Amino acid sequence: MAAPLTLLLIVAVTIRAALFRSSLANLISARVEVVSPLNAWKRVVEGLALLDLDISPYSGDVFHETPMVIYLFHFLVDYAEITFMLADCLTAVALYLAVKDYNKQVFRKQKFELEADRYPMDCLELIRSPTEMYYIPLKVAMVYLLNPFTILSCVAKCTCGLNNAVIALFILSTMRGSALLSAIFLALATYQSIYPLTLCVPALLYLLQRLYIPVNVRRSSFWIYTLQYLFMFLGSLFVLVGLSFFLLGSWDFLPAVYGFILSVPDLTPNIGLFWYFFAEMFDHFRLFFLCVFQINVFFYTLPLSIKLKEHPVFLIFMQIALIAIFKSYPTVGDLSLYMAFLPVWNHLYRFLRNIFLVSCVLLACSALFPVLWHLWIYAGSANSNFYYAITLLFSVAQILLVSDYFYAFLRREHHLTNGLYLKKKDGSEATLVLK
Amino acid sequence: MGLLSDPNRRRALIGMLTRLNAPICLICYMAGVAWFMGLAFEPFTLRTYMSENAMGSTMVEERFPSGERALATGREFAAHKKKNGGMPVDWLVRTMQSRGLEVFTQHFSRKLPFPDEDKERYMVKGTNVYGILRAPRAPRTEALVLSAPCSPGNDNNQAVGLLLGLAQYFRSQIYWAKDIIFLVNEHDLIGMQAWLEGYHHTNTTGMDWSPLQGRGGSIQAALSLELSSDVVTSLDLVLEGLNGQLPNLDLANLFYAFCQKIGVLCTIQGKLPRNDWDTTSGYSHAVQTMMLMVLKQASGRPWGDHGLFLRYHIEAASIKGVNSFRQYKTDATTVGRLMEGMYRKLNNLLERLHQSYFFYLMPSLTRFVSIGYYMPAFGLLAVILLLRALDLWVQLSSPPTKTEEGGIEVPSSPGVLSILTPLVISHLTGVALYTLPILSQELAVEHFPVSETEAVVLTAIAIYTAGLALPHNTHRLLSGEGTEQGWKVLKLVAVLYLAVLLGCTALINFSLGFILALTLVPLAAFITPHVPKALSAFVMVVLSPGFTLLFAVFFFQELQETPVSVQEGWMLFLSVISQGILDHALYGSLVYPLVALLVYPCWLLFWNILFWK
Repeated sequence: MAAPLTLLLIVAVTIRAALFRSSLANLISARVEVVSPLNAWKRVVEGLALLDLDISPYSGDVFHETPMVIYLFHFLVDYAEITFMLADCLTAVALYLAVKDYNKQVFRKQKFELEADRYPMDCLELIRSPTEMYYIPLKVAMVYLLNPFTILSCVAKCTCGLNNAVIALFILSTMRGSALLSAIFLALATYQSIYPLTLCVPALLYLLQRLYIPVNVRRSSFWIYTLQYLFMFLGSLFVLVGLSFFLLGSWDFLPAVYGFILSVPDLTPNIGLFWYFFAEMFDHFRLFFLCVFQINVFFYTLPLSIKLKEHPVFLIFMQIALIAIFKSYPTVGDLSLYMAFLPVWNHLYRFLRNIFLVSCVLLACSALFPVLWHLWIYAGSANSNFYYAITLLFSVAQILLVSDYFYAFLRREHHLTNGLYLKKKDGSEATLVLK
Repeated sequence: MGLLSDPNRRRALIGMLTRLNAPICLICYMAGVAWFMGLAFEPFTLRTYMSENAMGSTMVEERFPSGERALATGREFAAHKKKNGGMPVDWLVRTMQSRGLEVFTQHFSRKLPFPDEDKERYMVKGTNVYGILRAPRAPRTEALVLSAPCSPGNDNNQAVGLLLGLAQYFRSQIYWAKDIIFLVNEHDLIGMQAWLEGYHHTNTTGMDWSPLQGRGGSIQAALSLELSSDVVTSLDLVLEGLNGQLPNLDLANLFYAFCQKIGVLCTIQGKLPRNDWDTTSGYSHAVQTMMLMVLKQASGRPWGDHGLFLRYHIEAASIKGVNSFRQYKTDATTVGRLMEGMYRKLNNLLERLHQSYFFYLMPSLTRFVSIGYYMPAFGLLAVILLLRALDLWVQLSSPPTKTEEGGIEVPSSPGVLSILTPLVISHLTGVALYTLPILSQELAVEHFPVSETEAVVLTAIAIYTAGLALPHNTHRLLSGEGTEQGWKVLKLVAVLYLAVLLGCTALINFSLGFILALTLVPLAAFITPHVPKALSAFVMVVLSPGFTLLFAVFFFQELQETPVSVQEGWMLFLSVISQGILDHALYGSLVYPLVALLVYPCWLLFWNILFWK
């Protein structure tokens, strides 16, 4: 399996390198769908220039990346293109290894359950075979690397690619069961963009499951492990923040990065839901709705983790997707990370209900974004409402996609315990209705 | 959300849509066409009204007195033009300076990719002369433009004369709050392109021009004047600009309002507004006017010198004087008063024209159809594609549930390759169609007895025709394909592709999107490998984009009441193709690349499905 992966990496790097050399690179890096005020390369360059002049990069409200990123590029600015390509490859390889591990576990668990005769007889067609699972890790890497969204994001040198790499490494180290590395990478991801904080719960659930510690509030072993993990997480977060302070010598970066993410002062259009809403809003409602919009990202963690207690990896997927939809400055690079996970859930395909609708809408919206942007900004004949309508539709399609996968997952689990062909009490065929 | 979650209702709906797919598609198509034809019916349209307050309620008195003097200046200009054998730059500079303007010139040169046989030009060199009247009452932050082209021969001398006359008269008025730029551009659109690029410091088409020495503020609106006779019977308003862009409807309203006030006959597409909408002839008159607008808009080319302003977010229109055999004549003084009135009102603008519609069709100068009314016509056609896609999806997803026991997952994987190959090949043909005609002109001229222009056009037609031979080649490249599953997947991809493509086109240029949808949608709906080959191949070729263009040429001539014979029509068709390629190279019109790179490959995909073995 190493040969196809290598080939894939070579193809992916070739495409990116060719695009970096073409005239398209400038065009792509100016697209609002691909870069946001938070992670645009233009702003990183501005920050670097300020840093070189011994001025705080955060003075002037242009630069909003974290100090780590600016110090990384302080050394690597001449190799920026290579760095971004490497980040993408790293993400793909990490996801590849992580999914491989996960598949092994799924298969082991399935074998165990089969031997224990836990599955109903008519569910045999739901059992996954090793042949169909064999290519999944490769497909994941392929979907990530060849996804046009990832390529656009990489060619625009959007720092979101680095965040994706960190999250992928976090997933890999969690899969491998290394609590310390997992906590460190999670801290790094949180440090980069706050929102990955919610991934703390699935990681913890996964690690507990791996050590056969039941999630039970009365058990001391549960509490000890949880506190251990949280301590490692908060400790490394503290170290990272402290390090940033010592590098810069000031706390400027806290309001400039986290304040910027949370209070959404920049209303440049993007594919998210925030900009139009807050551009239209009266100022005295702003704080209230800001809280409502931001809570949206964190709100679903608790119910989802209760429902998906047994399936932390699916929970990670759901959380990443929800972050990509509801975060304040989303870009297409964020989408590409959770889309890479879709091949992992290939076996849910038969339970998906709206996949045709959703893929049509996502496809149409991706084509309409530049068209309506052109009509609004260049031709001047359309206005922001046109563009926002597409943004809204795009978000609705993503939400439908995620909820569809969620439903399909739950339904498969339901069938695995209750049998595939459900009967009503009177013996007629029953249907499952989600209401 | 019942539809999305309740499996029974979903099944019922999808069952109905697949069972009744063909009749629903047919009804949708007919409804779409009927809706479109209904747009010209007067009760379904809205009467135009002025939305911009700054131009509506203010009273303006027009006092321009010196039409005769303007005509004399025009004759003087004509004499100098004849003497110089082109633009009399020095005379224009002197005359404008003597009228108290700040005068500047701009030189430009452009080598066309191939000779333009319609206008007989290849290496273009020229000079634009413009004079700025500085606003006495406000800072120089905004400007208006009045332009008149310096055309070869005896055309448009009166327009330049009137422009100079207006400049002299405007100079003596004190109420101007915006700079007024008087521009005389040479080589019509090429000169205009050079001037606009110079004014805005952009260079999108690789033209050589000298930088502008003087500027006004940001341009708010522009009018281009074309007059070729001392008296006119009516004034024609031209709105269609580059890529089918239209100026704000308020500009048309302004023109109409002043024509009414001053009592000048005004037309659009050369057609007068009529009141007898309830008679057949009245309705067909409105349809003709609207169809002319649709065809002009779909062509994507600027239909007057104003067309390039629209790209820079400047509302602009051309006003053409028409001298026909009518009794009632209007003299130059009246036309000058009309222009004065319009500029006075534009001068009152507080912000750019934005109140009224940007997306509209006009069945007459007094009625319009807005985007909300005409989009359903396109939507009804587009929904056919979605219905067909849904039908295919259902067909594709039903067999696996039956054969689940055998574990047949295999057909999906070779499917990807067998779709990718036709997609890539047809797009490569598209790229060839886009690039080769211009690249290979020298080669063609060496080997065949044709001129450069003919070489370009004939190469384009040759590549277009050669694309039809493709299916056989794609099949030889592949082995072990040609399954029932295969063409259905390919058709699903092609239908969705076409839907997205037409949707995007219709948003930017409704007319083009609608005309393409009219021909491509029925073809996309019925094509399968199982229909009779020869007949369907004939129908497909007739409905292909190239033939659509040919029909449009004949139809356009018919509507303009200048019918042509087959021979003339064919020559016209060839010149339209060369003009399309030139428009793309010179001004950045998007129709040619759109058809070559996207629409034609998409059509090839359907051609591929027809010959699927």
